[in-house]
Amino acid sequence: MELDKIKEKDLKMGKANQEVFSETMQALAKTDKNIIAVTSDSRGSGKLVPFGQKYPNQIVEVGIAEQNLVGVAAGLASAGKKTFAVSPACFLSARALEQIKNDVCYSDNPVTLVGISSGVSYGALGTTHHSLHDYAVLRAINNIIIVAPADNFETEQAVRLAAESDKPVYMRYGKKAMPFLNEDNKTFEFGKGRVVREGDDIAIIATGETVYPAWLAAKMLEDKHGIKATVVSMHTIKPLDVNLLKELAANGKPIITVEEHMVNGGLGEACASYLFQNGYKNTFKIVGIPDEYTVTGSQVEIFNHYGISQDGLYNICKNLLDI
Amino acid sequence: MTDKELKLKSVFLRRNLLKYIYKAKAGHTGGSLSCVDTLNVLYNRVLNVDPADFKNPDRDRYIQSKGHCVEALFVTMADRGFFPESDLETLCQYQSHYIGHPTKKVNGVEQNTGALGHGLPICVGEAIAAKLDNKTHRIFTLLGDGELPEGSNWEAFLSAAHYKLDNLYAILDYNKQQITGDNAEVMNTDSVREKLEAFGWAVKEVDGHNLEELEAALNNGPLEIGKPSFIIAHTIKGKGVSYMERNLKWHHGVPTPEQYELALSELNEAEALI
Repeated sequence: MELDKIKEKDLKMGKANQEVFSETMQALAKTDKNIIAVTSDSRGSGKLVPFGQKYPNQIVEVGIAEQNLVGVAAGLASAGKKTFAVSPACFLSARALEQIKNDVCYSDNPVTLVGISSGVSYGALGTTHHSLHDYAVLRAINNIIIVAPADNFETEQAVRLAAESDKPVYMRYGKKAMPFLNEDNKTFEFGKGRVVREGDDIAIIATGETVYPAWLAAKMLEDKHGIKATVVSMHTIKPLDVNLLKELAANGKPIITVEEHMVNGGLGEACASYLFQNGYKNTFKIVGIPDEYTVTGSQVEIFNHYGISQDGLYNICKNLLDI
Repeated sequence: MTDKELKLKSVFLRRNLLKYIYKAKAGHTGGSLSCVDTLNVLYNRVLNVDPADFKNPDRDRYIQSKGHCVEALFVTMADRGFFPESDLETLCQYQSHYIGHPTKKVNGVEQNTGALGHGLPICVGEAIAAKLDNKTHRIFTLLGDGELPEGSNWEAFLSAAHYKLDNLYAILDYNKQQITGDNAEVMNTDSVREKLEAFGWAVKEVDGHNLEELEAALNNGPLEIGKPSFIIAHTIKGKGVSYMERNLKWHHGVPTPEQYELALSELNEAEALI
C-alpha cells in the first residue's frame, strides 16, 4: 500500500515535515532576531528559501562544507544565537561527526542539528545518501537530544522546543507529506513518547516516518482480528522514555520496535537494552534496515522490502501473537 | 607593564610551562615554547578580557585551535589571574580540570579544543555573530602549522573571506615542524602567504618571538578593512632551550631532572640579559 494514499476518514493529511520546519522557523524569526539558520547549499532542499528571503540577516550559507557548517553553528550558538544547522542527515551526521562531538556536544553549545531527507528518503540515490547510522553514532555521544518527529504537530513542537533548548538537539525528518497521527493527544515533550493509538494486545514502538505504517498496521489488526495495538511515536530516541517502556512492558505482551535506521544501535537496541537489563521478558522484535547494502528504490519500496509497511508490520504482529 | 617587563614575562612563562610539564610528566613542550610569546602578547597587550568578568559579552574571544599546547595557555592565563597558578599542580592528574587540552571547565577558556582544525570554524561563527550584533570585539585563534592540512581549516578560510570578517585574526604558529618531521616532508605548507592571500585574507609575516612585531600586527586594527587577518608568526619549536630548539624529540618530550635544571639555567641566563 502506498503510504501517501490514505483514506481521509482514517487520518487527516498534513504537509512534509520540512515544510513545517520552514514555516515554524519563519514564525520564530518574526519575533526573534537571534534565530539563525546555517545551511550548506541546502536551503532549497531544506525549504528555507522563503526564510532566507524574509530574513536575509538570519541565514548563514557556508557552501558544501559540513564540517565548517557545524563549527560555524557552534560559534554562533556560543555567541548567544539560537542556531539551526541544516544539511542532509547523511552528511551532517557522518561528515561532521567530530564537529558534532567536540564543537557542539563537548563544548556545550546548544546548536540544533537538522538532518533533512533522512533515513532512505533519497531512496534510489543509494547508500551515500542514506542516513541509517545517525541514531547509532549520536547515541554514543554525550549531551545530545535525538529526535525524529512523526507528524506535522510533532515537528512544529520539536522546532519550538529546540529553539529554547539549552542542550544540543539532533532532529531528523524526511521529505514525504505526513498525516496527523493523533489529533487528541497534543502533548509533546523531549524524552516523552507520544501514544498515537491505544491497545492492550501488543505494543508497537515506532519513530519518525515509520510511525505511520505502524498506525496503519494497528488499524488492520483491529479491523481484521479485533486485536488492539498500542502505537507509540517514540520521537525522542535519546533520552529514551523508559517510564513509558516500563508501562508498555508491564502486561507481558509482545513489543516490536520500528525505525528507518539500521537495526544496529538504533531505537530497537536502545529499548532492548533497557528492557533486558531490567528483567522484562516480553517477546521482542526489532524492525529496521538489516546490516546489509540497502536495496534501492523509493522510500516506500525500501520500507516494503524490509517489512516497514502496513502489511509487513501486520504480518510480524500476527506471527508474534500467533494468530 | 613595560616592554622590558613583557620580555621578562616571556622567560617567566617558559620557566613555568616547563615546570608544570616536568611535574605532570606530560606535555607538548616544543610547541608550547614556540607559541608562548604569542600568548604573552595576546593576554598582556591585546585581548580585552577581564578575569573577574570573564563572561562580559563585549570581551575579545581567544580560541586556541592548537589545543595540545595547552601548557603555554594555562601558565599565561594563570599569570593573568584567571585562576591560581597552584591549580596547575594538578595538571593532567586524576579528576583535574587542567587536562592536556583546553576545556571550558577552566575559568576563561572559551571553547573545548584539542582535535585539530576546529578552532577556526568556531571563530568564524563567533565573528559572524559579532557582525550581526554590531559588536566591535575581536576574535582570535592560534593555529599550528601541523593542523593546516585539516580540510575544515580551508572550509573556514573560504567562509571568513566570503563574509569579510575583518574582526577575525588567525595566527599561525609557524615553527615548521610537526610530530613526524618537518612540515615540508609530512605535508608541504610552503607558500602559506600566497595561499591565504588567494583565499582573500590579508596576511602579515612577523618574527613570532619578537614581541613588538607581534603586538603591532595584532593590535592595530585589521590588516585590511573587509578582510580577515592572517598573521604568520615565524617561530622555532622548543624556543628558549638550546637542546630543545628544532629537535623533534621535544614535540612532547618531558625533561629528566638534569635536563630540567639545564633548561632553567639557560632561561636564567636569558633573563639576565634582558
